[in-house]
Parts: sequence; C-alpha cells; structure tokens
Amino acid sequence: MLTIKFFGHITTLLGCRELSLEASDFPSVGALRQHLAQKDAQWAFAFNDQTLLMAVNHTFCDEQQSLTAGDEVAFFPPVTGG
Amino acid sequence: MIEIAVQTADFDLSTLHDKLCEHNTQDGAVVHFLGRVRDLNEQHTVHSLTLEHYPGMTEKYLLDIAQTAKQKWDVGRVVIIHRVGALAVSDNIVFVGVTSPHRQDAFCSCAWIMDKLKSTAPFWKCEARPHGAEWLRPV
Repeated sequence: MLTIKFFGHITTLLGCRELSLEASDFPSVGALRQHLAQKDAQWAFAFNDQTLLMAVNHTFCDEQQSLTAGDEVAFFPPVTGG
Repeated sequence: MIEIAVQTADFDLSTLHDKLCEHNTQDGAVVHFLGRVRDLNEQHTVHSLTLEHYPGMTEKYLLDIAQTAKQKWDVGRVVIIHRVGALAVSDNIVFVGVTSPHRQDAFCSCAWIMDKLKSTAPFWKCEARPHGAEWLRPV
C-alpha cells in the first residue's frame, strides 16, 4: 500500500488529509497524481495546480519519481513558514 | 552543535541564548532572528494564525538547512525552533540563533537559514481574518 498525505489549503479543497491506495496501480508519482485529479472537480482543481509540490518518504521529488509498496507520498502547496 | 525543534509551546529567549553561549569560548559573534505574528498582512487584519507542518519532513529539512549553513560559513552552533498550532498576534513563531568567531559569518548564515527555511521547510500558515480563514501563499 501507499500512504498519501495532503497539507495546506488543498486539505480544504479535498476534505481529506490522508488516504491509502494499492501501490501496484501507480508506478510513479505522476501516475498517482493523474489518478487523484480524476476523482471530481475539486480534486482536479487541486491536482492540476502547477505550483503543487510533491514528496516521497519526506524528500521533495518530481512526477518521474517511482513508487514502491510502503512509500509515503505527500502533495502540498508552496510552503509559507517562518 | 545543532539543535532543531518543532513545537507548540513558546520558547524562552534567555534559555536559547544560553544554549548558544554556554561553554562556548571560541565564538565571539552571536546573531538571533525572532519571527512573530503581526496584526496586518497583505493589507488584511490578522486576528490569529494557525501553523501546520509535515511531521518528519519538517525536522529533516531544518536539520539539512542547519548542516548546510555550517558547511557554507564558519559557524559554531545553530539553534532553530519553529512553533506550530494556534498562535495569537505578537506570539513568537520562529527563532534562529547562530554563533561564529566572526560577525559576518554569523549575520550571513542566520539570514540564509531564514530564507532557506521560508522557501523549503514544509510549514503552512492559515490566518484568521475578519472575513474568514485564509491560507497564505508565498510572497
């Protein structure tokens, strides 16, 4: 399984902070993102945002990043700490 | 020495200063940065602030920032404390403290750490404004 986490304003759009999906269905972060964008209009809005950032196992990545069972994937907007 | 913390509790400046200076005889320069919640942002009144973060990834990136700063400058000690959760106007948000034998390295590394923290550490601010909550976008 993959653990998928969301942070920042997209949690309001999605109404969700975390979910789990079968890892074998998603060879890459890009494939997972495309799948999530197809859920409904709100999810499409969130995942088609070109500023969205991605991380796998606590490291920033791009859509080409491959996925394996047990990975933790996160999607979030640009950071605003400090 | 590097110390990193992400916490809901407030921090005490005197205690943090002691962490930087106690038994530290080689560093003659100490620079602190303190970030606080302000009552006006982007021309909107701010009533309070909620800070969210990504546990695990946040600490990893703060440590990486501190380690990189020590490689780039002649820096002795680095302390980075960032608060999360509900904060009121004037509350402390973030503390960065560095020590160095020389002031230029202390000033430059402290400024660089804050810039890097604001652009890469996974924190998100949500402000309570008169017309509702507003997630901030980077400036």
